[in-house]
Amino acid sequence: MIKYILRRILMMIPVMLGVTIIVFTMMYITPGDPAEIILEDGATPEAVAELREEMGLDDPYLVRYFRFVSDLLHGDLGTCYAIGQPVFDRLVQTFPNTMKLAALAVLVSTTLGLLMGIISAAKQYSVFDNVAMALAMMGNAMPNFWQGLLLMLLFSLWLGWLPASGFSSFKHMILPAVTMGTSSAAIIARMTRSSMLEVIRADYISTARAKGQVEYRVILRHALKNALIPVVTIIGIQFGRQLGGAVLTESIFAIPGVGKMMVDAIKARNFPVVQGGVLMIALSLSIVNLLVDILYAYIDPRIKSQYK
Amino acid sequence: MSQQEKLLEIKNLTVHYATVDGTVRAVENLNLSVDAGQTLGLVGETGAGKTTTVKTIMRILPVPPSIIKNGEILYKGEDLLKKSQKEMRSIRGEKISMIFQDPMTSLNPVLTVGDQIKEAIELHTKVNKRKAFELAGDMLETVGIKRDRANDYPHQFSGGMKQRVVIAMALACNPELLIADEPTTALDVTIQAQVLELMKRLKVQYNTSMIMITHDLGIVAEICDYVAIMYAGEVVEYGTREDVFLRAQHPYTKGLFTCIPDMYSDDNRLIPIRGLMPDPSNLPSGCKFHTRCDYKCERCEKEEPSVVEVSSGHYVKCFFALPQNVASSKVSVKMPV
Repeated sequence: MIKYILRRILMMIPVMLGVTIIVFTMMYITPGDPAEIILEDGATPEAVAELREEMGLDDPYLVRYFRFVSDLLHGDLGTCYAIGQPVFDRLVQTFPNTMKLAALAVLVSTTLGLLMGIISAAKQYSVFDNVAMALAMMGNAMPNFWQGLLLMLLFSLWLGWLPASGFSSFKHMILPAVTMGTSSAAIIARMTRSSMLEVIRADYISTARAKGQVEYRVILRHALKNALIPVVTIIGIQFGRQLGGAVLTESIFAIPGVGKMMVDAIKARNFPVVQGGVLMIALSLSIVNLLVDILYAYIDPRIKSQYK
Repeated sequence: MSQQEKLLEIKNLTVHYATVDGTVRAVENLNLSVDAGQTLGLVGETGAGKTTTVKTIMRILPVPPSIIKNGEILYKGEDLLKKSQKEMRSIRGEKISMIFQDPMTSLNPVLTVGDQIKEAIELHTKVNKRKAFELAGDMLETVGIKRDRANDYPHQFSGGMKQRVVIAMALACNPELLIADEPTTALDVTIQAQVLELMKRLKVQYNTSMIMITHDLGIVAEICDYVAIMYAGEVVEYGTREDVFLRAQHPYTKGLFTCIPDMYSDDNRLIPIRGLMPDPSNLPSGCKFHTRCDYKCERCEKEEPSVVEVSSGHYVKCFFALPQNVASSKVSVKMPV
């Protein structure tokens, strides 16, 4: 098992290398000259050329890429064009906010989704099941940004219960986390339901009932653990979606996270910041994936015996 | 049927399934009984209602779609159909246990076998966890598996071993009645023999009564005291093993015997029962077997035959059943030794 985890960590190196190529190339081919943007309107062509020379923007693609990677290996993510701060420091400021938000969103969606899915499966075709699945369809169909605006209207403007933007207290986190969590909750609920329904018909569930086990223990001890593998997979994927979706939600709710930082940086052609943000999100995604795979082993002993 | 010590008696049981395509009449007016210490063989084709019957005894049939229309299931004189699920839980696993058909799927893949046996013990006896686990180990040894394998998961066992685990689980609380739903169908022939041998031994050791569902008349001959032949949701012939094997009267029972190859006969072909089991949502009128019966007459199509006691304890549901011992069966008997 430990060997497996170590191997998986080693495998993250080529993955991250691939990410650097993609993100660097994307930034390279993006139109717009950072030097011009930094110097703002009215700069002389000479000044721009001088700055380009200084920033190394005139060097060939490969030279610039290898400089980027070697800086990276030395722990240097580059410097923010706009405020001259190291990108690493900016990430340290913004990333915890994004993680907090994503974690809260995953918590909301997992709790809600699992609960709805389990009850729906246990009481298939009941009123609860039908209502829950209709809600799930709605939750899935509503675009996040639109739903975020609706929630803001209701809870901030009309009811005045929760703040509409900012990120200074737990109260500020509720609306964005719910916004991000609902569509995931919908997906998790549907996945849990269908996975549970498949398992509930299995012979070993009848065996458990034939032993005289109480129904809720049959559902939680015997059915849920077997139904969990696809659900955990989906939760992992949803976590990735949260990190990506943060770009939108953070902009709407004006949260100083990686997502908003990246959106602002793209507008300003602030390449090092964009690259740093993408790398950070990619790294957290790989780690979440690894955690999901490790979790598999704890859920299903058959998978554990394959991890060698 | 001996009158003394009836452990289980099913009277006029009717179970239907409500489906979108109409009502499926899975079990119709079924009468059966099991005496203490005896083994009843429940024989019939797929879809005859055998599993529905035993799952109704356990009350583990999902409701809906199943509806118990009518009948009584008397266990030591108490009607199981009138019991609450809570009362049933203290009967399931402790008084009546069940072994399912496929050992590959009837064990939970994510729990250790020790845990699964322990669960049954913990539910019905007041022992602490450690003692329960010890008892689970004892049960494993009883079925011929080393106790240190209690911490292994089902996928680490072979099919025959898994069925042994299932048997250990079913017998863990020393039930009075064991229901085995085709316990050997999914196993190799050599393993079948071992498992049957084990069940026979444990049945004596634990003094358990048994209902054995099977397609295999060889198994019936080997371990059953009584036999009930089921067709389209009803029992068409019921009697002792000898009654059914030597003096079968119902055309369906006779047909089942002609389907078995005979080692000593020169015939190259078996004589199958023509046709297929009728659709249980659209059963024929009159005798349900008339569509496939070689002896049918006009009356068979219109009237439902009543059950005739042809000799003491030997019941046949057919107009042509002859009540006495003269009725000589033409079936050649193959009793496996």
